[in-house]
Amino acid sequence: MSGILVIAEHRRGELNPVTLECIAAAAELKTARGGTVAVAVLAQDPDAYLARLGVGGVDELIKVAVPVAEFQSDVYTEAVLALIGSRRPALVLLPHSIDAWGYAPALAVRGGYGFTTDVFGLRYEGDTLVATRAGYREKVHVELDFPGKATVLLTLRGNAFKAAEGSASPAVSVFDAPAASPRSQHLGYREPEAGDGVDITQAEYMLSIGRGIGEEEHVAEFEELAERMGFTLGCSRPIADNGWLPKYRQVGQSGKTVSNCKIYIALGISGSVQHMAGMKHVPNIIAVNKDPEASIFNIARYGVVGDIFEIAGELRNHFT
Amino acid sequence: MKILVPVKQVAVLDEDFELREDGRDVDPDYLNHELNEWDDYSWEVALQLQERHGAAVEVVPVTVGPTQAEEGLRKCLAKGGERGIRVWDAALAGSDPTVIARLLARLAEREGADLVLTGAQAADHAYAQTGVGVAALLGWPHVAVVSALDYTPGAASAKVCRELEGGLQEELAVQMPAVLTIQLGINEPRYASLRGIKQASAKPIEVLSHRELGLSDAQVGEAGSACRVRRMYVPAKGQAELIEGTPAEQARRLAEIINELRGVNG
Ligand SMILES: Cc1cc2nc3c(=O)[nH]c(=O)nc-3n(C[C@H](O)[C@H](O)[C@H](O)COP(=O)(O)OP(=O)(O)OC[C@H]3O[C@@H](n4cnc5c(N)ncnc54)[C@H](O)[C@@H]3O)c2cc1C
Repeated sequence: MSGILVIAEHRRGELNPVTLECIAAAAELKTARGGTVAVAVLAQDPDAYLARLGVGGVDELIKVAVPVAEFQSDVYTEAVLALIGSRRPALVLLPHSIDAWGYAPALAVRGGYGFTTDVFGLRYEGDTLVATRAGYREKVHVELDFPGKATVLLTLRGNAFKAAEGSASPAVSVFDAPAASPRSQHLGYREPEAGDGVDITQAEYMLSIGRGIGEEEHVAEFEELAERMGFTLGCSRPIADNGWLPKYRQVGQSGKTVSNCKIYIALGISGSVQHMAGMKHVPNIIAVNKDPEASIFNIARYGVVGDIFEIAGELRNHFT
Repeated sequence: MKILVPVKQVAVLDEDFELREDGRDVDPDYLNHELNEWDDYSWEVALQLQERHGAAVEVVPVTVGPTQAEEGLRKCLAKGGERGIRVWDAALAGSDPTVIARLLARLAEREGADLVLTGAQAADHAYAQTGVGVAALLGWPHVAVVSALDYTPGAASAKVCRELEGGLQEELAVQMPAVLTIQLGINEPRYASLRGIKQASAKPIEVLSHRELGLSDAQVGEAGSACRVRRMYVPAKGQAELIEGTPAEQARRLAEIINELRGVNG
């Protein structure tokens, strides 16, 4: 049991950038502990991804040809199980993505591996691998180990590790995956709803509302405030799920990333990982929340512990 | 057909809390519990299938947890269903999602379930593991993070949407029986009626131990888990500069900050 195996992820020809973060995490452990880093790519045409995966610290690229163009849980499970069985790595890393949600737990129970998800810290203490994740809605951190497990499988949180850089000249090998019978079939993709002229990814100034607004009838006053301030109105998921604002205004993992935003005001938003995925990088985050422990305050530059209705009511007097 | 819906009472921390003496978890005195938000949606999916297809469909909420977890089952039963199942015994303390999946898979076999609907994740620890683990243990197909479902009970396959990143959705057909993990927003969960709440308190809840599900001590608790908690700690807080004062003062300062950052003269 040695070495680290990273499973690359891609969709519609695009490599998931968290793959490069997994590689960097692997490379860092390799520096500390020795061993090798191998990256496996499962695809109809694995060659298409090789150039992008030959980055810092990678010793080997493993091409695994699979008969599906896109992720399919049965095909991926059988291929990765066989690969782990043949290579016996001590550690397997993959992005904490929707695809991983769709098969990592199956790998773990089938293989009997040590396992946890959404890891954002990773180190060895002596011979013991220690993984850190969050608990109780991000309010505590939890350190885990995996006693007696020869292979440990972890999914890594996006943006928690820096991306691998530089180039490497890895050896390239081929792994023949066993045939699998897929029990679900891809029928097609549905594109996200277009934004009616509003594209929050382009907005420089965003005012976003979350479940803290309580009722649909309160949307209008925040809409008015945003307009007064010259800010674009955005929201967290519950607001869009309730149909109070259209989906294209939703910020986050399953919504949009506000890539050009310079100031982001979060009103009544707790700061779940999935929401933060869309705004974490913004240089100036201002959070108003009545819960002083809300995790949004951990990434905000300025915070107000208070009632959003009171603050918003006062704030409107300063913008005409 | 029988639809099994695993639900969980998730823990919510008090504003001020303390860790347990061994430092491996929060002192239970500081925990409140509520039904996992995702499970509200998965239970609603089950109820709607039952309504559309009548008495041929039985819906059963199940949970793994101590006595207080029954509250979650009663919440579900207040909206529909005739009975619930709770799995618990002392050996189950410290079980990770792998163990929970093992118990639920055994329960699905024992019940002869035809469909299992879990939440995509639980709000407290957000593992997002349980449903897909259950599927793998049963040897069933599964789809994770389901945002739409088109299924006629008894049919050999279902059409579902899987919610991906960035608002993209994937449409797929999945063979039955299957495990689906349900995403927020798939429906609008109903409210329980007062009458429903009253009736729920009289509905039977069967309590089972891991042994009754044919699992050994080594397969549950910490021994049966895929990971072990070493320690828990409160992380160092981020840098938010807190703005103090009355709401009027706070708003004035916020307006100044916003104008400065925008390069507008306040
Ligand atoms: C696969 C997946 C993808 C997801 N994608 C996204 C996504 O793209 N975007 C997204 O946002 N979420 C997403 N979610 C959901 C996410 O996990 C959270 O459920 C969601 O972000 C919570 O939204 P919220 O912060 O508005 O609500 P809550 O977490 O309920 O927070 C509400 C906050 O408002 C505060 N509050 C209440 N009343 C007041 C008041 N009067 N004054 C001040 N503060 C008040 C409360 O203290 C609380 O902190 C996703 C989840 C999954 C599983």
